[in-house]
Amino acid sequence: MNAILPNRYAMPDAEGRFGPYGGRFVAETLMPLIHELDAAYEAAKADPAFQAELDGFLTDYVGRPSPLYLAERLTQHHEAANIWFKRDELNHTGAHKINNCMGQILLAMRMGKTRIIAETGAGQHGVATATVCARFGLQCVVYMGATDVERQSPNVFRMKLLGAEVVPVTSGRGTLKDAMNEAMRDWVTNVEDTYYLIGTAAGPHPYPAMVRDFQSVIGRETRASMLARREKLPDAVVAAIGGGSNAIGLFHPFIEDAGVRLIGVEAAGRGLDGPDHAASLQGGRPGVLHGNRTYLLQDDDGQILEGHSISAGLDYPGIGPEHAWLKDMGRAEYRAATDAEALEAFQLCSKLEGIIPALEPSHALARIGEVAKEVGKGGDVVLNMCGRGDKDIFAVAKHLGVEL
Amino acid sequence: MTTARIDARFAALKAEGRAGFVAYVMAGDPTGEQALEILRGLPSAGADIIELGFPFSDPMAEGPPIQRAALRGLKAGLTLKGTLALARAFREDDADTPLILMGYLNPIETHGYEAFARDAAAAGVDGVIVVDCPPEEAGPLSDALDAAQVSLIRLATPTSDDARLKIIAERTSGFVYYVSVAGVTGVKEAQAGSVAPAVERVRRASGLPVAVGFGVKTPERAAEIARIADAVVAGSVLVDEVAAALAANEPAAERVLAKVKSLADAVRGARVMETV
Repeated sequence: MNAILPNRYAMPDAEGRFGPYGGRFVAETLMPLIHELDAAYEAAKADPAFQAELDGFLTDYVGRPSPLYLAERLTQHHEAANIWFKRDELNHTGAHKINNCMGQILLAMRMGKTRIIAETGAGQHGVATATVCARFGLQCVVYMGATDVERQSPNVFRMKLLGAEVVPVTSGRGTLKDAMNEAMRDWVTNVEDTYYLIGTAAGPHPYPAMVRDFQSVIGRETRASMLARREKLPDAVVAAIGGGSNAIGLFHPFIEDAGVRLIGVEAAGRGLDGPDHAASLQGGRPGVLHGNRTYLLQDDDGQILEGHSISAGLDYPGIGPEHAWLKDMGRAEYRAATDAEALEAFQLCSKLEGIIPALEPSHALARIGEVAKEVGKGGDVVLNMCGRGDKDIFAVAKHLGVEL
Repeated sequence: MTTARIDARFAALKAEGRAGFVAYVMAGDPTGEQALEILRGLPSAGADIIELGFPFSDPMAEGPPIQRAALRGLKAGLTLKGTLALARAFREDDADTPLILMGYLNPIETHGYEAFARDAAAAGVDGVIVVDCPPEEAGPLSDALDAAQVSLIRLATPTSDDARLKIIAERTSGFVYYVSVAGVTGVKEAQAGSVAPAVERVRRASGLPVAVGFGVKTPERAAEIARIADAVVAGSVLVDEVAAALAANEPAAERVLAKVKSLADAVRGARVMETV
């Protein structure tokens, strides 16, 4: 049986850089806050009491550990490697987002902050943020693109029920990128009392590392479960990528295990050959946005493009800087799935496994068959089921031409 | 040497015993031609220094007026290259007014630091302000700008303590831009009482003149700041004049320059009135 080796991979560096990526590209007003956050996070990370408190809430409130489930009928369907689901959709609030929110809200309280702001795309991070704010009695303001407010209305209602103020953002095309701009404008305006709870492993340092660390519970549990069930590590782990938080959480504990393939699936929208996709790694190039240097969808002048995905959670023209680094190093592989492929996988998984996936992991599901075939029979591939599809049924029905 | 233009202007202002007026306008707002007309009219309307914004799709530190101006500039097709061409055209007629480019890092990354520094110097640009490039990330850009003798103008803010001011003051030249409120451009107005000691701290830390901006909307406010700072910056209120001109279907230059004159006159009169 493989021993669990300590992870010697030590990125980012002290400046928050993953090779040329990452960093702290924010307005000067925010720099002292970023440094304060960095110091507070380092102190919390080293404090056993903080970890114990977080673990307690992850167990009793979030419902961790989540199961590692052998998807037998999907495995039979593809006639290849065993396909396992890491069931992060069973978490409280229905997605992986709450792992990070629980960590950051405890940190915010340690720092004495009383007002929490967040950006959201699909609304899953907004719901998770509103949830922890309700639980701990903190004021919560969620910025959400006006387009997303419309296509994710159930989550908007959820956030309001939880006591959050949802601010629709009309600038740009009204999606996640614009929500993030507006959240940063709020933060720079309310520097005393406000904590910006970023939902993905992107933004200025220390966010990419911090969000990764809080999400790494996914990979640590997967590793332990697989060793317990199969007495080996998985051959491949697969996750959908927007900003990349669920994927980096799954990948990180396996980075030093050369035998474990790390596969991220970006949103190819209407196809990578046109402009209507959100695959920054495969269709973009490095640049600076939202506090970090990373791959971005941009034009020849460095203006950021809007991108497109059927999934509001993947509809973002950038990606976490650690994925940019893992891509350049060749440690992780990145593929893409179109809107149509994701919709097909969404339906297949619902019918074969009795699990209605969110549109985000449906992108990973669209590639799982080919990965399972590459690995071959007898092998094991793990897909992170990072969210459940309840929020998406209206959008999916519309795309399938069904009137509800 | 290009940095000399900024130093000469502040020396002249000091000799006159008054603060300078810095006008911020956006390249391509509302069109390339009208923006050039505005630029050319700024010095005689009373602008001592010009900040020329180059549009970016995601201006994270700007309030609605400059966000809208950036969108108008992008719609008019003004890229960073177009902005440099605009600067060059301005410089053909004006050898003395310091010209500072202001914007976000990504278009500069795309252009390439060395190429940008070289092209900016060749266009007669004296300094650059990059909103999302703090000192921690500015090393390579500073190297490129130093080699081309273009100043990297730094921002100081209400969140900058003395230790931070020391970091900000390193490798900066020309002047320091003091952002007088924590917030985005064109929304909040700082208390003059809190600005005066901050300006003094920034001056002491940097040994450079201090220009104060954010929230300067009226001549009264401009005069108030002019009594404590080396220069007063106005931007949102000027680009809003472009928006108003468009709404009224009027040419933009006249309205913008009239607003510049009213603010610049207030700055010029501020210290004179005080001594009378």
